[in-house]
Amino acid sequence: MKALGLTVAMATAGLVGAARAEALAPDAFVRQVSNDVIEAVKSDKAIQAGDVNRIRTLVDSKVMPHVNFQRMTASSVGPQWRSATPDQQKRMLEEFKTLMVNTYSGALTQVKDQSINVKPLRGAADATEQIVRTEVRGKGDPIQLDYRIEKAGDGWKIYDVNVGGFWLVEAYKGQFAKDLSAGGMDALINALATKNKSLAAAPKS
Amino acid sequence: MTVRLRGLSRTATASLVLALALLGGCASIPEPHAVRLPIPGEIVTRSDPWEAFNRRMFNFNEGVDRAIVKPAALVYQKVVPQWLRTGVGNMLGNLGDVWSAANLALQIKPRAAVEMTARVMFNSTFGLGGFIDIADEIGLQRSSVEDLGQTLGVWGVPSGPYVVLPFLGPSTVRDGLTLVTVDNRYSGPSLVLSEPRDRNGATLVRLLNTRVGLLNAGRVLDDIALDKYVLLRDAYLARRRSLIYDGDPPEDDAPPAKPAAAEASVTPPAAAAAPAAAASAAK
Repeated sequence: MKALGLTVAMATAGLVGAARAEALAPDAFVRQVSNDVIEAVKSDKAIQAGDVNRIRTLVDSKVMPHVNFQRMTASSVGPQWRSATPDQQKRMLEEFKTLMVNTYSGALTQVKDQSINVKPLRGAADATEQIVRTEVRGKGDPIQLDYRIEKAGDGWKIYDVNVGGFWLVEAYKGQFAKDLSAGGMDALINALATKNKSLAAAPKS
Repeated sequence: MTVRLRGLSRTATASLVLALALLGGCASIPEPHAVRLPIPGEIVTRSDPWEAFNRRMFNFNEGVDRAIVKPAALVYQKVVPQWLRTGVGNMLGNLGDVWSAANLALQIKPRAAVEMTARVMFNSTFGLGGFIDIADEIGLQRSSVEDLGQTLGVWGVPSGPYVVLPFLGPSTVRDGLTLVTVDNRYSGPSLVLSEPRDRNGATLVRLLNTRVGLLNAGRVLDDIALDKYVLLRDAYLARRRSLIYDGDPPEDDAPPAKPAAAEASVTPPAAAAAPAAAASAAK
């Protein structure tokens, strides 16, 4: 019964979220997600201090709902994703997500007085896949931060991010290639698991 | 000193007038941004034929960084207050802007070149020799950092193989040669300092100041890399390519395609109902 109540609550939240997202243009979507995250970090001392659990909660609640993580993982793995077993895919998604959250955690502790400047859209307004260009302005030179987003229902989902000229999927393709060619999916999953374990064990600095 | 200052203020006034005139003229200068020079083949390599050598050099650089540069940067960070580090960074940036402006002119981007020149004028005068980035505050942000390697790239000179230089790190044959022979002379402290001793001192300060700025980035890199050598190489090459195309490289390699398998397993919930997808995403 409790579980049912939770499901209904979540579905309602989803409905509200979807209704709100409906009217958003691609650039407005990116602006909203960015501002949400920045505001959340600015108003939370624990996150600024690098509290990994709090950051994880933030990423889970404010970032992941807007990301097509499956697509991101599949493109980072490349052709071998298709031949992977459902179990391998599931483990890969989990390990990759942990790695991404760790990555994001490191970046989020750097947020201080930054603001996001969303550049005007250049693609066709009705395209189902768009590139939204932004720059992070703070101390020092602006940092290029672009998003590839796709239409998902009434809203948008992010499926790749570009930091300073480097697309994340491209980055992980390069990182995954050696393990994949040497030992296939299992080797890659093991390498990621080892990496994640060492990160979890490492004292946070 | 007073004489200097008076001289400075006169220069300042003159440069303000000139800069405003230039800026006014800016609007009428068409930026031939749409003109894409016919770039043959790969303007920035993707291959790494010298990987064995490069990996050795990479490990050497990492060792030097661990043993000397990073510890020194941590001390520098502790000893030199933030405002002074920012100021030093601004001054070095200002010297870099001079060289950027020259390269923008060489790339035939007149509008950007004029804006960069105006930046240098404002900062060198009102910004007290570049110590304060006053141009940034009046809306004249640094839009790019240019070097001769990029300029050659814009004109179609291919990068040649990837190479890790001792002490200097990731580069390519083209960018490494121009960095060592030309850029270092015109884009840094050497532009205003003639004594070798002063130059060496300034180079050291530049190294430490830059390294402090990278302390956090290094931590993030260590966290996400399965193979740090490959990550730095790929990041460097992608960034160089992006810089040559002013942040907007052509998509010769397709963006991450929708793999059929992933799409198939994703479609049902998405197609079923938006709330279901949203709820499952919210978990």
